[in-house]
Amino acid sequence: MKMSIREAINLTLHEEMARDSRVVVMGEDVASGQGGVYGVTAGLTEKFGVARVIDTPITESAIVGAAGGAALTGLRPVAELMFIDFLGVCLDQLLNQIAKFRYMFGGQARTPLVIRTMIGAGEGTGPQHSQILYPMLAAIPGIKVVVPSNAADAKGLLAEAIRQDDPVVFCEHKALYMNECEVPEGDYVIPFGKARTVVAGTDITLCGLSRMAVLAEQAAVELAAEGISAEVIDPRTLSPLDEESILASVSKTGRLVVVDESNPLCSMASEIAGMVAEFGFDYLDAPVQRVTAPHTPVPATPCLEKEYVPSVADIVRSAKKALEY
Amino acid sequence: MDYSLDELTRAYRLMKTIREFEERIRSEYQQGKLPGFIHMYRNQEAIAVGACLDMTNDDYIASTHRGHGHCIAKGCELEGMMLELACKQDGLCNGKGGSMHIADMTKGMLGANAIVGGGPPIAAGAALTAKTLKTGGVSMAFIGDGASDQGTVAEALNLAVVLQLPMIFMYENNFYAEFTRNPKPEGRIAERAGAFGMPSIVVDGSDFYAVHAACREAIERGRNGGGPTAIEAVSARYYGHFEGDPQDYRDGAELRAQRAAGDPLPRFLEDPRTAALNANSIADIDSAVFAELDRTVELALAAADPTPDKLYTDVYVDYEGRAMQ
Ligand SMILES: Cc1ncc(C[n+]2csc(CCOP(=O)(O)OP(=O)(O)O)c2C)c(N)n1
Ligand SMILES: [Mg+2]
Repeated sequence: MKMSIREAINLTLHEEMARDSRVVVMGEDVASGQGGVYGVTAGLTEKFGVARVIDTPITESAIVGAAGGAALTGLRPVAELMFIDFLGVCLDQLLNQIAKFRYMFGGQARTPLVIRTMIGAGEGTGPQHSQILYPMLAAIPGIKVVVPSNAADAKGLLAEAIRQDDPVVFCEHKALYMNECEVPEGDYVIPFGKARTVVAGTDITLCGLSRMAVLAEQAAVELAAEGISAEVIDPRTLSPLDEESILASVSKTGRLVVVDESNPLCSMASEIAGMVAEFGFDYLDAPVQRVTAPHTPVPATPCLEKEYVPSVADIVRSAKKALEY
Repeated sequence: MDYSLDELTRAYRLMKTIREFEERIRSEYQQGKLPGFIHMYRNQEAIAVGACLDMTNDDYIASTHRGHGHCIAKGCELEGMMLELACKQDGLCNGKGGSMHIADMTKGMLGANAIVGGGPPIAAGAALTAKTLKTGGVSMAFIGDGASDQGTVAEALNLAVVLQLPMIFMYENNFYAEFTRNPKPEGRIAERAGAFGMPSIVVDGSDFYAVHAACREAIERGRNGGGPTAIEAVSARYYGHFEGDPQDYRDGAELRAQRAAGDPLPRFLEDPRTAALNANSIADIDSAVFAELDRTVELALAAADPTPDKLYTDVYVDYEGRAMQ
């Protein structure tokens, strides 16, 4: 069935709540209004009631921490951190508590927690509502990080996130919510750590994360018009990261552009570039190209925000640079 | 308390300016001429103006996402504000902040804030500056009823008491946080300050005189080394959470009643204490306000966008942000 990412997430929440009564949804305005600012949790209250669809006060430390504590003791919470920027308010609970439970308690603990959160620029929401920040999370041992770029992946990955037993941060790019694609019906689960080949190709690999996978696909179309065959890979999860698929693609193409909307220092682009430089050196015919946002906050003004976010043209330019090397 | 004609004139001019500024930007926004999100302050004008009337540029405020009224009351120029809301180069923040991050350091206006609960610790820091440097200044944090639940607010309350800071916690109880009715009875928020050992008072937020009297006392206390005060000013939100929110989650009849009862302008004009302000002066103020709005809107809409190179400026004091090589 054709649906948007927003609808796919909503459907999956309905299905998983029906499937397992330990699944609870909690967050600010998830139950009231239209089901959150973008309606992602719409209809859950009517179906499952306020005991399982829990509106919280504006108190992210307590939301994330309590979701973690509930996960540790038998619930399977899907907590909403409205924007990933609000990580700043609640980081201790995630970084020092939830991420560490399993390891520091010697393997006793299971924390089946999903934190759904919105990421990304492009909607004019300014410096405190537009960040990416997933590289920070991917750097924390004990947390899994998921970055779906289409509705089918959103469904399969969210089902997996809810059913597996580790803390997961599920990053929803707000500029992708309305993107539609075919979504498999019924039980559909995608294991973590498996990249998706978006477009097969032979001349160059474009590895795009979250919304940048969509832009990489558009760049591949432009490159194809010039006779260049680009392979587009979407890792889909950052931790675990499907290093094998990225290396396999580079072994075929010899060239790599990583496209990541985060700031460049310590970005996922840097991580993937470093990984390929270390383990795929023999495959490379050109230096790995990183296409990222600049080392600046996200400006409020739309004209500068457009400059900030990597564009299809940036990807095409970097691909050509690698090809001309 | 007696009011001079100058005080009455300023109070009316500021409240009227806030009202008409917002009605004007609301209409421009609806026509798609202003970017981003804007949050309307209507019917809370008496809070900002009562709070800031006795302040100078050496006093500080930390504002919220609903910050236009605070800016105007604290003395920010309409021209710089209008340019900022239009995200133009000559705006107060060069277009990088927009409505939700507007600030003016020259006026002691330490920023609107898109992080709910982000302001109070910052305001506490400004109060620490005033106390340490013995400027005689005070610092005020504006805090929504929803924001009052953030841990940052509790921590700032405690710090202000422990350090005996010249600070005012100005809670604006407008009954709603986004789409959720504030479940706390009136006065509950102010009570919390009492638990930290801070004097507190609840006032009618649509009564300029009540707000101003409470603030005058709190500011005096702060200036005289008497430590912090909490004020809960109650006035129902008039429009939706953000412009474009139809607020169909509110009861129509109740909303109509709240709108009428909560309008601070007729209330101020009908109060016997306002008698010295005659009809002619009111008409003069009104036409000056409208003329200034016409001028600044026209100027802001025609003004230049920041050029692309501005993306990299002001990340640091002494070096620029950078693009990926
Ligand atoms: C840390 C954080 N959490 C959540 C939000 C989303 N949000 C923006 S405004 C708002 C409601 C704030 O309510 P209140 O403090 O009562 O202020 P009001 O909007 O009524 O002025 C929420 C939840 C945010 N911006 N920051
Ligand atoms: Mg409120």
